[in-house]
Amino acid sequence: MKTLGRFYLFAILAFLYTPIIVMMAMGFNESPLYQLPFSFSTRWYVALMGNTGLLTAGLNSIIIAVITAVVATSLGTVASVALSRHTFRGRSLLQLLLLPPIAIPWLITGTAMLIFFYWSGIGRGMHALIIGHVALAIPYVVIVVGTGFKTIRADLEEAAMSLGSTPVHAFYSVTLPLLFPSILGAALFAFAVSLDQFVISYFLATPGYTTLPVQIYSAIRKGFTPEINAISTILLLGSMAAILIFARFAKPGENRDPR
Amino acid sequence: MTHVNVKSVAKSYGSTPVLSDISTEFGEGSFTSLLGPSGSGKTTLLRIIAGFIRPDQGVVMIGDQDVTHVPVWGRNIGMMFQSYALFPHMTIAQNVAFGLERRGIRGEAARKEVERALEMVRLPGFAERFPKQLSGGQQQRVALARAIVIKPNVLLLDEPLSALDRRLRQEMQVELLRIQRQSGLTTIFVTHDQEEALTLSDKVAILDKGKIVQIGDPATVYERPRTRFAAEFLGDSNFLPGVVEAGGVRLEDGGIIEVAGSLPSAGTKVTLAVRPEKMSPAGEGKNRISAQIKTVIYAGPVLSYHLETSQGRELKLFSQNRDGNLMREGENVTLSWMPEHTVALVE
Repeated sequence: MKTLGRFYLFAILAFLYTPIIVMMAMGFNESPLYQLPFSFSTRWYVALMGNTGLLTAGLNSIIIAVITAVVATSLGTVASVALSRHTFRGRSLLQLLLLPPIAIPWLITGTAMLIFFYWSGIGRGMHALIIGHVALAIPYVVIVVGTGFKTIRADLEEAAMSLGSTPVHAFYSVTLPLLFPSILGAALFAFAVSLDQFVISYFLATPGYTTLPVQIYSAIRKGFTPEINAISTILLLGSMAAILIFARFAKPGENRDPR
Repeated sequence: MTHVNVKSVAKSYGSTPVLSDISTEFGEGSFTSLLGPSGSGKTTLLRIIAGFIRPDQGVVMIGDQDVTHVPVWGRNIGMMFQSYALFPHMTIAQNVAFGLERRGIRGEAARKEVERALEMVRLPGFAERFPKQLSGGQQQRVALARAIVIKPNVLLLDEPLSALDRRLRQEMQVELLRIQRQSGLTTIFVTHDQEEALTLSDKVAILDKGKIVQIGDPATVYERPRTRFAAEFLGDSNFLPGVVEAGGVRLEDGGIIEVAGSLPSAGTKVTLAVRPEKMSPAGEGKNRISAQIKTVIYAGPVLSYHLETSQGRELKLFSQNRDGNLMREGENVTLSWMPEHTVALVE
């Protein structure tokens, strides 16, 4: 039974990682046509350094993802605070309405955004991409931070206030530090949602300003070299490092306030 | 160290009144328990005094200052919560120093105060630990230290002992009383545990449906309950219906019961309340009633009997377990008690 379980786990991991490992390996293969036998080379990494199109798109992707993470996390956290700590008219409705966008197919959201942005004069480009990505990421942030809120008892803030804290000070000195792992997790989520995003980016990018997924997509259509493997590897290792650092420090799933 | 006054305070949520027209004074240095079932408004009253809830009407005074419109953080109160509410990301020392820091006391001065407070609750040497490394009882002590270190005008306790087990609770009661006496803090204590209220308080206020039914020192409230609710909620009581006559109250079985003190006019229907431990099967008291023993419950130091009168009224009798159980189930006995242990309640 134990052996079977281990085999099963191994099979799942193999299923998840094999394509990625093959993709990474091919970035170090000499052949431009992904031909075997494998012969180690860094030529695609060297070539990538000269491929401004891909590099710019990669940089754009990261910049947009960082901005999205910061903006969506700030807005989403504020929304979470309101939803978890205050009662106001229409709260349940708002809470409910935050969730469906996650389930709406991106193609539909993307089309809707394109039409709306065109119609309202927002247009396309970096600013449109950021607006679109932030809108996509906010529901995730609200869910992650909201879950974090549930582990923090409301009477902690009350205790702080009884000791002389204003509500704002109580929030900053007690709730925020306890919420920090959740906020960090939410930021990472938002970052990943943005970095991953293709459909909406495809609609909102302009020929002069694209993100990496969009750039890769058009490259594939034109015929491509393992430079794409190279930049994908760099990006992948970067985001995995970020996730692992988060997992190490924030220990998601651990109850911060046991009782 | 100040008195607290509540004048005509009322609060309702929507159309549901939670507190109606409460006026009372909590004397300087006194320990008052707010006792009542859940929904009686005791916690609401405490939270109004703390400043977490604003009353719809009425005035809250702490000392000579009208604090009705002063927010919690401006009231200089010390508060203990049911869940301890220690800050999990701070050490014990940081927890206790939190209120000091808000008052501009930092560094060496703060460290000394914290040390003194932790000594007072008998937790010296715990300063650098985190709350989750402490037991429930220890956490509660830290919460107490945190509340008193700021020298509050009033100490508000919201069922702080209810999460502890029986042993620990009794231990903490003694500690709480010692520290309250030592510090002389005016203390208001919310509880639904009647024994706790009796043991700790100088004054007990019994609340029911948003009103203070009775307030007084524990002995008076226990011995002379003013309503059936007060008699029932604080301890056990036997209730016997009757009609006032010259010389006493005539019961259903025809017997006349004498009541010490004044009675309402003849013909008034009353309910007599008698505590189960005041009755005794070996009769010296003037008042008598006969009943049959239904069940005997052996509870160690106390024997508890359930009886039934010939009219089908249930009675309880507590007797000290001095010579073991002397009465059997099914036996007919005559219970007697004294007129001064009889309270006539007009419903």
